Order: sequence, then structure tokens, then C-alpha cells
Amino acid sequence: MSMDRRKFLKVAGLSTLIGLGGSSAFELLKPGKVDAEMEHEGHHGGHHGKAHKKEEDTGPKTRWAMLIDMKAITKEKAEKIVHTCHHAHNVPNWGDPKNEIKWIWEEEYEHVFPDSYNEYDEILEKLPFLLMCNHCDEPPCARVCPVEATFRRPDGIVAQDYHRCIGCRFCMAACPYGSRSFNWLDPRVKLKEEMAKGRKLNKRFPTRMRGVVEKCNFCVERLAEGKQPACVEACPDVMHFGNLADENSNVRKILRARISLRRKLELGTKPSVFYLV
Amino acid sequence: MIEKALKGSSVYWGWVIFLLCIIGAGFLAYLYQLKVGLGVTGMSRDISWGVYIAQFTYFVGVAAGAVMLVIPKYLHHYTKYAKVVVFGEFIAIAAVIMCLLFIVVDIGQPMRMMNVVIHPTPHSMLFYDMIVLNGYLLINIICGYNTLLADKKGLPCPGWVKPVIYLSIPWAISIHTVTAFLYAGLPGRHFWLTAIMAPRFLASAFAAGPSLLVMLLLFLRKYTKFDAGQDALQNIARTICYAMIVNFFFMGMEFFTAFYSNIPGHKATLEYLFWGIGEYGNLVPFMRACIVIGFAGIFILLVPSIRRKPLWLAIGCACVFLATWIDKGVGLVIGGFIPSPLEVITEYHPTFPEITIATAIWAVGGLVLTILYKVAVTVREEEQIV
Repeated sequence: MSMDRRKFLKVAGLSTLIGLGGSSAFELLKPGKVDAEMEHEGHHGGHHGKAHKKEEDTGPKTRWAMLIDMKAITKEKAEKIVHTCHHAHNVPNWGDPKNEIKWIWEEEYEHVFPDSYNEYDEILEKLPFLLMCNHCDEPPCARVCPVEATFRRPDGIVAQDYHRCIGCRFCMAACPYGSRSFNWLDPRVKLKEEMAKGRKLNKRFPTRMRGVVEKCNFCVERLAEGKQPACVEACPDVMHFGNLADENSNVRKILRARISLRRKLELGTKPSVFYLV
Repeated sequence: MIEKALKGSSVYWGWVIFLLCIIGAGFLAYLYQLKVGLGVTGMSRDISWGVYIAQFTYFVGVAAGAVMLVIPKYLHHYTKYAKVVVFGEFIAIAAVIMCLLFIVVDIGQPMRMMNVVIHPTPHSMLFYDMIVLNGYLLINIICGYNTLLADKKGLPCPGWVKPVIYLSIPWAISIHTVTAFLYAGLPGRHFWLTAIMAPRFLASAFAAGPSLLVMLLLFLRKYTKFDAGQDALQNIARTICYAMIVNFFFMGMEFFTAFYSNIPGHKATLEYLFWGIGEYGNLVPFMRACIVIGFAGIFILLVPSIRRKPLWLAIGCACVFLATWIDKGVGLVIGGFIPSPLEVITEYHPTFPEITIATAIWAVGGLVLTILYKVAVTVREEEQIV
């Protein structure tokens, strides 16, 4: 199924406004192909029991999650992922920490897990962790936003409406992961500069204006087309994306087999980005 | 009554024109910011709030301080505050206008500001802040105007105003409580995540607002016929002193919890603010000055023989005003972002356009206050309630 951006925003905005639990509205938004794949995966082991079915009826059917395999990642792969994401979403490269916009970026272990940093762990210390929006179950950013420009969709994605955001940056103060960026300057000016040097714009994703906040969106625009997120496509051995609500999904299978870390669990935000170590 | 602001000495007009020039400069700087973006300020990805929000926070406190006169006057019928209450309410009006302007200049898309009203979001503290601040402005306009009008006519205040005045008391508490909640409810910002934030905000507010008032009343006593009266001034000074002591007491409690528990996240910002971390220590001189100046202010206002001398009273109040300004208008907001959630230190350097805009908003506050005080003093002089 496909849906253009305007229609998506209408449905998403309207359903948030009315405060619908979203089942009907978001049924429409459910990414068809990806979901079908998940379901297929789920079914191929035969029946999965009545108890599980019941649980699925009551809880959310979809909760997207990202797994980052720290055993498979390398510096080169990390760079490729960052590059792919930022090009897919027309993120300008300001080249200075003051104005920069980051959807996904590399960071050291010490900064990724500042509260549970184990200085004797020399393995983790050397790894290029990739940071992105955690798409929390209890997102503080959505709680503080005074206009619901950022909101949690029932499928777990914390979305950002660039057309409603007033640029108060309350969400940036609230995010305990530093995942949000503000357009301090006009990103289109920078993009034009870069295009003059050969950068290609992704015409399928909008550019933003100055004065609004943005961040990783779990590639909602690609999910709607039945595609995997851009980072997963770039490095499918490192990034795994799937439905956490389905206990037979790819991500649940991996989580069952591997040890995983999530950032700042003590804050109760319930992040949906997992680091497989 | 407002026409009384149109007749004044050359000094008065000189001051008004001076303020208008600053406002003009700030307006140009704002147009520049509007055109280019908030990138013209010193704010960054890590320090996402700066001078504007810090000043906003401080002036919410100054506005709330007016209640320290309203309570004795209306709940305890302390008549010596009768003729000065209106000056407190006028400070509140000027301060709230400044707060609203600081918010407007801080947001990235000011033309979408009405989204806060169009899409009311009760789970956001900013939504409540919008309500309480605008409400407080309205309440103080009603109370201030009617008090002054009654004085002019030589009649008591109309009966319907009284409930509004009573309402202003919890409302004043609410504006600063809600402003504290903007900070105190954010996970992952250890420095702000403290239940004592609202009480501490109130304590510093009850020191800051009245200290500005005393300085202004001393100025009026010297240069106009209006005399607030020694008793009123001395009593406000006592209030300021107690509030400032409580404020520093609360600050000490923050130190105890952070350093006795020895939890790194809780200590980090305090360490940065008062000692600096590694090579980073921009705010250390400010914060240390805040402590020294604050204690000097407490001492001056605590000792009766010093406090009774007008010059020392003014100095004491200036100390308290300055110390609370550094604490809240510099350290509190900026400090909350240092270190960042990734425990990286980025320092903040406000830029020239940013400071020009902030200064202009101070000038707007000064202008509003000048006009309101001019009207109030002229009314008092004419009716000889001096």
C-alpha cells in the first residue's frame, strides 16, 4: 500500500487530535509489506498458541524496534550507515557541532552509557556505537511538547511533525539521549551549497525549514512503502529492524539468543533500540 | 490615567528615549535573528536554551515577588503596605511582559506561536505556563489599575476587585511553581531533577522581586514626592533577607544531597558551576560571585543598624537582586545542560545579537515600569497620598 505524505499527516494528525487509540486509523498506516513479512515469519513455525493470540489482541500489534549488532559493526559500516541515513533524509552536513543536525551518529561507549560505564570493559570501549532516537515507549519529548508536534504512534514510532513544531526546544531539554537536533540555520541553504559540490537530494523526502526540531523517524516514509529503514538496507548484518510485539519476529528471535543493552533504562523511558553485545 | 505618562521633565523624556533606542537596536537584531535563524545566538545542539530562557525564568520570579506585599496587606491588613502594593503589582506587569517576550524571541517559529492555543496539550508544562503567565498579567493589570483608580478618586477599591486580589496570591505561587516544573520533571537532567526546585524558585523569587521594589521605592523617595515610609521599606527588607536565607539554605541542601551521596551525575553540574571541570569553567567566577554577593546582601539586610541607612539598604537589595540573577538568570538554565546527556561538556558563549535582543527586552520592561510608575507617582502627588 502506498500513501502520500500529506494524506499520512492528515490521518496521523487527525487521529492524534481525536486521541484515538489509533487502531482504526493506524491500521491504515500499518506498513503492508514489512508487516506481512513479519507475520509470515511468525506463522511459519506452525501455530503459536492461544495464549499468545490473546495477548496480541489486547496489546499493540506492532512495536517497531531496532537492533544494532556490536559484534558485526565496524568503523566503515558505521560511517556507511550514517551517510546513507543522512542522505536519505536530506540532513545537511554543517560540519560544526554548534549547528549540526544528527539523525544517527557514532559515539564512544563512555558517552553512550554514562551511568553504567564500566571502565574495565576494554572490548566495548573500542566499538563505534551508533546513536539514534530510541523511539521510547514512554517518550519524555512527546510528554513535554506543547503542541504535540512530536508524538508516539501506536506502532511505537515517535514521530515529528515539522509543520506544527514551534521550535521551543523543550523536547531537546527533555530527551535524556541527546537524540534531537534543531535547525539553528536554514538547512536548505546548506543543502544547496552541498548540491553545488555534487550532493544529490532525495526528492522523496522533504527538506526542513529553519527553526524546527528533527530526529530519526525509523524511516516511516519507507515503512509505508513496505521497505526496511535505510540504515538496515545499508548494512543488514549490523542493523535489524522488526516487530517487538510479535514474539516470533526476527528481532525477538535475535533478542532471545543474544545479550543486549539499552540506554538509561533506569529512567523508565523504555527505549526500543537494542545494542547486541 | 495613562496620559500622566505624557507629561514629564527632560530627564524623564531623556530616559524614555534612551530606552526606546535600546529597544530599537534590539528590534533590528531580532529581525536579523528572524531572517537567519536562531543560529545567530550562542545556543547549540548541546546548550539548546540560553540567555532568553534564563532571563525568562528569572523574571517569572521577579513577577511572583509582588505577592510578598499583597499577603501582608490583604490577608493581614498591614496598612503600611497600602500605598506601595500597587508598585509591586506594576513590577509584576513589567516582569510578565518581559517573560512573554523572552519566550517569543526564543522560539524558532514564532509565527506558529498560536499552535499552543490551537492544539492545547495538557500533558505539557509549557501549556500551563502559558495559562498562568497570561492570567497573572491580566490579574495584575486589573488589580493595579483599580487600586490606582480608587486612590485617585479617594475611594476604597471596588468590592469585585477583592476576590481578584485574593486570587493573585495562589496565582503568584503557581507561576513560579509551574516554571520550576518545566525543569524539575525532565529525566536525565540531574541538576534540574530535584523536588526542591519549586520551593527554591519561590524563595529566590520572594527575595528578587521585593529587592527590586525596595531599590525603586528608594529612588522614588529621593527624586519624587512619593515616600513609601521607613516602616514599609524596613519590613520589605526583612522579607527579602529571610527569603534570601531560605534560598541559600535550599542551595546548600542541593550540595549536601549531591556530594554526600557522591553520585557522579548529581555532582557534575555543581562541580562545573563552582569549580569547573577540566579546562571548562566559564561560569565559575559568576557562581562564586553569586555566593559572596548573596551573603553580603543577607548580612546588610540582617543587621538593623546597617539596614536602616538608605544607601546601605539600596546596596543590600542590589546584592540580593544580583545574586539571585546570577543564580537563576545565568547558572540554573545553562548549568542544566552541562554536562550533556552524553556527558560531554559544551560551553555557551552568548553572541552580540543575542545580548542586544535580551537587553532590549530588559529595556521594554524598564519602559513599561517607567510609564506605570510615572502614572502612579503622579496620581499620588496630585492626590497628596504621599
